[in-house]
Amino acid sequence: MEFVRNFPLLTIILSLVSSVLCTLLSGRAAKRYTVILETLLILMAGAVLAYTIRSGTSFTYVMGEFPAPWGNEIRAGVLEALMAVMLLTVLLCGVQGGWRFLELDVEQSKHNLYFSLVNLFTAALMALIWTNDIFTGYVFLEIMTLASCGLIVAREIGRTTLAAVRYMILNLLGSGLFLLGVVMLYNLTGHLLMVPMAGAVSELVEEGAQMPLTFSLAMITIGLGIKSGMFPFYFWMPDTYGASTATSAVILSSLVSKAYIFLLFKILFRAIGAEVYVALPIRAILLLLGVLGMAAGSVSAIRSGSLNRMVAYSSAAQIGYIFMGLGLGTEAGFTAALFQILAHAVTKSLLFLTTPRLSLVSGDSMLFQRIQGSGRRAKDAGVFFTVAALSMVGIPVFAGFSAKLLFAVAAVETGRPWVILAVMAALGVSSVLNVLYFIRTVIRIYAKPQDAGPEEPYPVPKELRRQYRVSAAVLTGLNLFLGLFSWVTANLIRQGLSMFG
Amino acid sequence: MIEALLANYEEAVAVILFVIGLSMLLFQRNLIRKIIGMNIMDTGCFLFLASMGYIAGRKAPIIADGAADASRYINPVPAGLVLTGIVVSVSVTAVMLSLSVRLYRRYHTLNLDEVYQMARDHQEDR
Repeated sequence: MEFVRNFPLLTIILSLVSSVLCTLLSGRAAKRYTVILETLLILMAGAVLAYTIRSGTSFTYVMGEFPAPWGNEIRAGVLEALMAVMLLTVLLCGVQGGWRFLELDVEQSKHNLYFSLVNLFTAALMALIWTNDIFTGYVFLEIMTLASCGLIVAREIGRTTLAAVRYMILNLLGSGLFLLGVVMLYNLTGHLLMVPMAGAVSELVEEGAQMPLTFSLAMITIGLGIKSGMFPFYFWMPDTYGASTATSAVILSSLVSKAYIFLLFKILFRAIGAEVYVALPIRAILLLLGVLGMAAGSVSAIRSGSLNRMVAYSSAAQIGYIFMGLGLGTEAGFTAALFQILAHAVTKSLLFLTTPRLSLVSGDSMLFQRIQGSGRRAKDAGVFFTVAALSMVGIPVFAGFSAKLLFAVAAVETGRPWVILAVMAALGVSSVLNVLYFIRTVIRIYAKPQDAGPEEPYPVPKELRRQYRVSAAVLTGLNLFLGLFSWVTANLIRQGLSMFG
Repeated sequence: MIEALLANYEEAVAVILFVIGLSMLLFQRNLIRKIIGMNIMDTGCFLFLASMGYIAGRKAPIIADGAADASRYINPVPAGLVLTGIVVSVSVTAVMLSLSVRLYRRYHTLNLDEVYQMARDHQEDR
């Protein structure tokens, strides 16, 4: 057995150990350590990616050598490795680029605890990406929820506590439903590992026992939908994303919800089986909710009065795209949805790294009147905000455009007139609405301010400014890569899908 | 219908507990009651699991007198899942309770309606 095969498990274990280790280090050391660790994890995930591309198959790591129907497994293919590499890169950029705001928002003495939480979150992210066991999925889902709750309240103001309470209540609701669904699925199939479960599920469908199956799957889907911000459960987003510190906002918006959606995708695709899932009514409901979410999220974004709430609400629309792709139920639809996961992670993280900087040069305010002209005062932030906004709108060259193109092609390929009509209408409406609020904001940050706005209130060490610029530039580069060379990523996703089930 | 419910009374009770917990989590305005609701909800899941793993007339899967015959023992996996679930539930409860402490220190009430009202009154916008 090649050594590479140990890497998926090692990424999880290393992050878990580091989480404990960080509590012992000082804040600066913990940060340096986390950055080194994440670089290492990216390299490991990259090695797994190269290995699976070369071998052309996925591999299963059996823990404790207990074979399939028992034991616990990790499975790595091209798709999982690609997700791990991209999401970890976004995480690293978030940690590096948000460092300056962490200094402002979180007490110096608690920095090591913050990085301990970041590492705990990384462990959960890795576990959700690699695991092949549905109950392991549940456990790490809860770990991720707890870690992200800590990341929200790290900035100790009243609003974050309230946001965290609301976030936790909804997440506990989601976890409860998910747990019940998992328990019922286990009751029906007698398996917790996803591959044997799929076999039992197809037997159940042949016997005609679809009703309980649909019910338990609906529980799982609603549970994960609540946790990831599916329409109509997205109203917790603005408080949660808007109030927390930059790194936390990046993690919550770009990574946490994506990990939940990836788990859902894995359950639908691997534990239930794509053929069974496509025939269930859940697919059509996901399509409908996705389309509705695309419109509703954008409308909420237009109506919001401040920059961070607008950016947060636009996540609801983007999550809608992903669910729409899952709801299409074709290979092209899944490819588009997975591509959108990456495109949105790359773009939204850039936005959430940039908005606090725009607000800082506007008298610490996110209100639209106050940020007028902030792009002139903080030139780098203005450029990066414009890049991310153009990507969100779907201007060619950027990742958002490629994602929308993939969705449109996937819809046409289904050949069902109603689906094509609904998806095209949703894409059109959503793009127009995106133009309305993102381009309006871009114009606003470059407009001439009514009065000479305040300059940067805090002296910024050069090093921190450079860290922000490098992270934002890396995210921009990834964005352009996804946009200009979308076929590379799309082909990798297709290759991953072929070995995923 | 009734017979089916009576035959599977443990599962029926589990689902009722789950629904009670879920509605408490949704509709109670007091944070502590919400947390209790969450615990009841989880307990429902655990009862469901535990009753699923039990087979009447069999023993706990601990090899005592050297008999490794699987037909004499109940299924140990659900028990393992319940234990794991309890650990998760305890830690989530701990975090929620510490959040409530922090919320109470700041707003001097645990009623969420009042807290939202107060937060709306002093809208602090960054």
